[in-house]
Amino acid sequence: MPVRLWWDLAAPATQAAGMRRLTVDAATWVRAAEEFAAADAHLLALWVARAPNQEGFLIRAAFVAAGAGLILELPIADCDPPYPGLEPFFPAASRMQRAAYDLWGLRATDPDRRPWLRHAAWPEDQYPLRNPAVMAAGTGISEAYRFVRVAGDGVHEIPVGPVHAGIIEPGHFRFSIVGEKVLRLEEHLGYVHKGIERRFTDFPILEGHRLAARVSGDCAVAYAWAYCQALEGMVGMRVPARADWLRALCLELERIANHLGDLGALGNDAGFAFGLAQFSRLKEHLLRANEAAFGQRYLFDTVVPGGLHADLSQSGAHTLGDFLSRLAPEVESLRDIYDEHGGVRDRFVGAGRVAPELAARLGLIGFAGRASARGLDVRIDFPCAPYTDLALRRVTRTAGDVAARVAVRFDEVQESCRLSLHILKSLPSSVHRVECPPPVQGAFGTGLIEGWRGPIFLALEAGAAGAISRCHPHDPSWQNWPVLEHAIIGNIVPDFPLINKSFNLSYSGHDL
Amino acid sequence: MNVIALLTQGLEIIVAVAAAPLFLGWINQCRAWLQNRSAPSVLQPYRTIQKLFNKDAVIAANSSALFRVAPYIVFGAMTLAAAIIPSMGTRLPFTAAADAIALVGLLATARVFMALAAMDSGTAFGTLGARREMMVGFLAEPALLMVIFVASLISATTSLPAISEHLTTEAIGLYPSLAFTAVAFTMVLLAENGRIPIDNPATHLELTMIHEAMLLEYSARHLALMEWAAALKLFNYACIGFALFLPWGIAAGAAAPNALLLAIPVLAVKLVLAGSGLALIETVSAKLRVFRAPEFLATAFLFAVLGLLVHLLLGA
Repeated sequence: MPVRLWWDLAAPATQAAGMRRLTVDAATWVRAAEEFAAADAHLLALWVARAPNQEGFLIRAAFVAAGAGLILELPIADCDPPYPGLEPFFPAASRMQRAAYDLWGLRATDPDRRPWLRHAAWPEDQYPLRNPAVMAAGTGISEAYRFVRVAGDGVHEIPVGPVHAGIIEPGHFRFSIVGEKVLRLEEHLGYVHKGIERRFTDFPILEGHRLAARVSGDCAVAYAWAYCQALEGMVGMRVPARADWLRALCLELERIANHLGDLGALGNDAGFAFGLAQFSRLKEHLLRANEAAFGQRYLFDTVVPGGLHADLSQSGAHTLGDFLSRLAPEVESLRDIYDEHGGVRDRFVGAGRVAPELAARLGLIGFAGRASARGLDVRIDFPCAPYTDLALRRVTRTAGDVAARVAVRFDEVQESCRLSLHILKSLPSSVHRVECPPPVQGAFGTGLIEGWRGPIFLALEAGAAGAISRCHPHDPSWQNWPVLEHAIIGNIVPDFPLINKSFNLSYSGHDL
Repeated sequence: MNVIALLTQGLEIIVAVAAAPLFLGWINQCRAWLQNRSAPSVLQPYRTIQKLFNKDAVIAANSSALFRVAPYIVFGAMTLAAAIIPSMGTRLPFTAAADAIALVGLLATARVFMALAAMDSGTAFGTLGARREMMVGFLAEPALLMVIFVASLISATTSLPAISEHLTTEAIGLYPSLAFTAVAFTMVLLAENGRIPIDNPATHLELTMIHEAMLLEYSARHLALMEWAAALKLFNYACIGFALFLPWGIAAGAAAPNALLLAIPVLAVKLVLAGSGLALIETVSAKLRVFRAPEFLATAFLFAVLGLLVHLLLGA
């Protein structure tokens, strides 16, 4: 049956427009996943939580398809056999399940049982989220990770990272190559596992947005908003209209800043340093305008429960408006340079192609998905206020190569500029913040916000006395990292940095 | 006469070794200006070299003596090359022993040692860089030789000072064949010195590196020598270009010391112009895919052959 019917069966989960929750048994879990996959639904997240009775656990998986969002809950006890894995229907589920095992000790039936987030920080028989108190100290010994070996005449491996020649986040990439051609890439992540999910439980629930904003610093607004959306949904409050509009403004500013930074870096990776200099200049001006308007260059802690940390002043709005109206034409002229430069085109076109069929099968998501004909944009498909009132144009491409991702980024910068200027012009006048009361114990809420990289999903459960009992932030990088392994196949080794940058996935948001 | 020749020889070596980092600094400064960045000081390469000489060297445990001696061999080869390129005067005692073809051989020796040293420590990146360097090298050398042959045919000698002398003392005439070979030479220069569009000297992406990948395991004084040798190589290539295509202003023949003194500012002007030209080329181009390098260097070879044909057919 179509997703819609499953949705009708389910009970409304508070908040994240249109998101519902359904408790299932193992057989229904598999059947539902299979039907969702057939209906071209997206897997948003898969995580484990403690059952309300504190006895067993719940495996939760969130899906979205065509205006319907659904969270499946599979109750499971410790003594149960492994729960049915979703990898056959949603390949991206594999790493989420492996991470869930590392943190909770609950096994899925899928074949890949290598550790994912656990390196050497805790012993194999300890599960940090299940029992943080008895966590033994790290073993210090990292057992060799079993990479898939490629055999053949002249095939050899290049190990890259986790320490790189430049200052970037750590991740290990194992290339199997013949000559310069990549036969296989395997990623090994988890080097920045910080225990964010555990750390959340130390925070009062009204303060958790500060940590959420720092899950992946380039999505500070998106994470903080997702957190606040979940929290405000639990207590059933609505923030003032002005706060909604200002949050959307911040989100679009964050999107513009990140796209500008990456467009410059993409030029640089193609050896076109002029692009880096120009886009860096524009990004820096935007960050300064952010500071003038909100007192924060990267908009950390701007979005808070109940509204916004501080109102946008008249002068701040002017600074932003002035800058944004100058930004759009400047970006357009730089786009012409990128489009007409033979050398840059040669590097971009055809590199790292993810064909639409492959993107659909692997569940590519976010702007990278939109460059491979995957249309999902949470701002359009699951609009929360104020996106319900903003006529946002969907940006898609079908080529799925670096050039397509660059084109989507350029288009989104323009669209976000247009949107931001519109928001600045028609900002409702009201207070920017109201008090947010703490939710009752056991309340459950979800947030779903389209960050610049893709949909950011956050599930929040309230504990006793205004504490957080469980918070699971989910970055779209979980879905897209595995796709990168496919995007590089058949390309040459020196093109990898360019292809990687065209996705620019988060390590921190993924490793948690 | 003998004293002046020795003086010229000594001056050439000293100027080349001392001014090479400055030339690199100038190119970097021009690049920064063209990209609308605020530029580092032209003296920055000297500071880098000084900094590196003051550090303790770290050497990979499984590397052999080759790894340690390679920087000295490479630096020595580049210094020797500087000695036989007529950058300021043509009466160079050393050139009796080495002509232009020996010069190409000298540059190749440096390359071989660098590649061997890169593979010596057994890391994936060193091997990757060495492999790519050898690919670029074996494509660039024929083009470079062809460039030299055209100039040699015009002046009926393979000795670089004699070529320069011949070209300066001839009445200034246009050699269409040299125009073609000058294009070829510029392309070879870009490829051989790890400049855009073949390699990116400013990159931090280990997977895309060629020259830098070979140096990843080097530190301190070894790295300083390698960096210095790279700057010297670029300087040498510029001077080969001047000797072949812009020989005017050097102290030709048994010139008096004052002609030699005049040659220094002339060389400086040429380097300033060449540096800004290089920076311009690098700013407007993007880096080529590695597999486009053969096309690039085949084009260079083709230009050199065109120059040769033009010379043979038109006698010009």
